[in-house]
Amino acid sequence: MILIVDLSWKARSLSRDEFVGPVARIVSGAGQEWREVHFSALSSEDIQSASGIILCGTALKDNFFAEKAEEFAWLRDVRVPVLGICAGMQALCLVHGGFLRLACEIGMTTVRVTQPDPLLGDPPSFEAYELHSFACDPPPGWVVSAASDRCVQAVHHPDRPLYGVMFHPEVRNDQVVERFCALCRE
Amino acid sequence: MKLGVLCSGGKDSWFACHLAIQQEEVACLISIRSRNEESYMFHIPNIHLVPLQAEAAGLPLVTVETEGIEEAELDDLSRAIRLAVEEYGIEGVVTGALLSVYQASRVQRICRNLDLWCFNPLWYTDPEVYMGKLISSGFRAIITGVFAAPFSADWLGREIDKEALHDLQQYVRSHRITLTGEGGEYETLVVDAPLFKKKIVIEESEKEYANFRGFFRVRRAVLEAK
Repeated sequence: MILIVDLSWKARSLSRDEFVGPVARIVSGAGQEWREVHFSALSSEDIQSASGIILCGTALKDNFFAEKAEEFAWLRDVRVPVLGICAGMQALCLVHGGFLRLACEIGMTTVRVTQPDPLLGDPPSFEAYELHSFACDPPPGWVVSAASDRCVQAVHHPDRPLYGVMFHPEVRNDQVVERFCALCRE
Repeated sequence: MKLGVLCSGGKDSWFACHLAIQQEEVACLISIRSRNEESYMFHIPNIHLVPLQAEAAGLPLVTVETEGIEEAELDDLSRAIRLAVEEYGIEGVVTGALLSVYQASRVQRICRNLDLWCFNPLWYTDPEVYMGKLISSGFRAIITGVFAAPFSADWLGREIDKEALHDLQQYVRSHRITLTGEGGEYETLVVDAPLFKKKIVIEESEKEYANFRGFFRVRRAVLEAK
């Protein structure tokens, strides 16, 4: 069961259908069971029962999750694969010692793959949808596997299955989420 | 949070409004009247009926006219949203964007420049689920424009009910149209919705149709008790 975590400023917000719904649809399409929970209501039982965890994005103006970074401390010890999307990647970076800086991107952008990454596949570059106010300076030792002209677009932990993408794969890049689902099944 | 809903009069903007009103306060509707039939951002058929819809829903309306020139119309949209901020104190904007990165990105940029929230509650929604919900939750939307094969003139003015949805599903398979009309295959007008206190009754209309392209133009419509 994949746990899909809503990072919006409140549970059942008007942003839910925009940032959680499309990801859940891809996970369903990949034949995976899933369950959804708001980050403020996440329990250790939720985490232990998941075969993988996806942290979803938020509205452009919604950076509340970053003020609550300690609520994501569980990411330091999590054993199952995690995919952080946009806000989710920012949360991953923050709890592992990375930093955020202002760097806004809106709309389609060219993402260049710079290192092999099991979620990004072969092409040297692809077009991706961006919607973020902040970019990540990744935690020390993390692998940067893709970048745009403005900022880092994909990172992963050197040893553990923790992945972050700054672009929104649920828009025109479903295969990133599908590959993550496949990785959770292994 | 006080919100303004971008409203073209069609099913997507009204369903987005329906979703927004369940979560936050919808303070007003925002409508752009484009003089350009090929407008990239704002569709035109029966946009003049948005004031009647606003009255039916009991919501204030901010309207701005645009020549419909590609990038200039974004300035007009920005002007309309600023007016809504000044008059109704909105803190965010809701759109009925489904799949259009072009539309959504432009509204997102305007909202960012104005320091407003932007919500797209139908973004990448499942088309089958959405169309089913539209009908089951009491929306009555009629087809006001067709722009693709195999739509015949019979579709003009037709309500999207279960039977029409079945036909649209067949067209998805046979002609690869999008079920929601997102590809510009058809346009709609909402004549009744759960949030409407009155329904719209069309008293006079005319059809124009040739070669899989047609319009259903409403000449006179009134509100009636539901």
